[in-house]
Amino acid sequence: MRSLARLSAEGEGFVPPSSNDFNLPPIFGDNAYTTKPIFMVFFSVILISVFFIAASRKAAIVPSKLQFAGESIYAFVRNDLARDVIGHEFMRFVPYLFTLFTFILTNNIFGIVPLLQFPAMSRVSFPYVLAVFTFVIFHYVGIRKQGIGKYLKEIMFMPGVPKPVYILLTPIELATFFLVRPLTLSLRLFANMFAGHLLLLVFIMGGDHLFKGVIGLKLVSPFAFAFGIGLTFFEFMVQCLQAYIFTLLTALYIAGALADEH
Amino acid sequence: MQFVNLAEAEKLNPLIPHTAELVVGFVAFSLLFIVLRSKVVPMFEKAFTERTNAIQGGMERAEQAQLEAQRALVQYNEQLSKAREEAQTLREEARVQGSAIIEELRTKAQEEAARITATAHASIEAERQQAITSLRGEVGALAVELASKIVGEALDDQARQSRVVDRFLDDLEKSK
Repeated sequence: MRSLARLSAEGEGFVPPSSNDFNLPPIFGDNAYTTKPIFMVFFSVILISVFFIAASRKAAIVPSKLQFAGESIYAFVRNDLARDVIGHEFMRFVPYLFTLFTFILTNNIFGIVPLLQFPAMSRVSFPYVLAVFTFVIFHYVGIRKQGIGKYLKEIMFMPGVPKPVYILLTPIELATFFLVRPLTLSLRLFANMFAGHLLLLVFIMGGDHLFKGVIGLKLVSPFAFAFGIGLTFFEFMVQCLQAYIFTLLTALYIAGALADEH
Repeated sequence: MQFVNLAEAEKLNPLIPHTAELVVGFVAFSLLFIVLRSKVVPMFEKAFTERTNAIQGGMERAEQAQLEAQRALVQYNEQLSKAREEAQTLREEARVQGSAIIEELRTKAQEEAARITATAHASIEAERQQAITSLRGEVGALAVELASKIVGEALDDQARQSRVVDRFLDDLEKSK
């Protein structure tokens, strides 16, 4: 990034996109609660609520197109994520997983929606919050199911392992359950959205900058825009995938906490 | 750039969370969770359950109908075979009765024929008797007449004799 910056700086003073582009200023004065990502998150909540309430309001046996669309998403989370992963107790976790999936998916897709064009999940605070929710839920479920003593014992001392191995395994398992899982969960989502948005910024702002340059650079500029458009499709895929992965991992962690033996 | 209250390092490090966003993330997500859990999930579940019931009910009804149809078919087949049997019995009976009737008629006809034959025989016999009786009388009378004629005329020769007989026969023919 720095070399790119230097390269452009030598030209016409192109300022490459950096992590500073993610620090959007508050819209109203100094109020930190009025930034674009915050408005988008609230907007996503309203959008998801309105869409699914409208889709599920009639709960008809023969669904309308709207109900069918909503049902398809709901059934995907309910059957393919919750039921297949968690098993017979899945229904308790469907609301959470459903909220998680729709919330992440909508905010991710905002990253390529014209005018909005900013993935809220590239602000690390939101993935942190979601990871904390998942963290609390899957530990709570495990403790409720097995009792705190047994639950911790199962995490620290995996059954069926020779005793000396615990010297290595216990710290690894503890770190996995209490540090690595929530961190990877949030950072994976954050980093994907961050990097994707940065990539789009590079190509589109770069294309724009090239277009303002000399004639030779003008000719290159369409390629940069074409790449930007291509990457937008790619981003869409990543956005869906990340929403799926976050929800799937949450379901897996819950399933693991519910299982009698890890 | 306007986060004047934040340290420069924090601004540049994208891994440091911001309080406002944490609060908003928590509130927004919780809100969405409450809405989806109370309004959306139960309705979708209701739709799923109703659909399952409807499909199951439909299938059960179809099964019921099929069973009924099967039963009706069996019943129909039974009735059909019964009817066939009955028809067979009736035909058999009719055949037996028919042959009996034919037999009876034949017997009657034969009896009638025998009766008619007997009557004919009887009448023929009677007529014959009558004829014999009348013939006998007539032959007697004729014989007497012939004898008297023979006696009346001299019967010397064969020629005369035959003449007499011829004349007699001619007379007989004429008198008819």
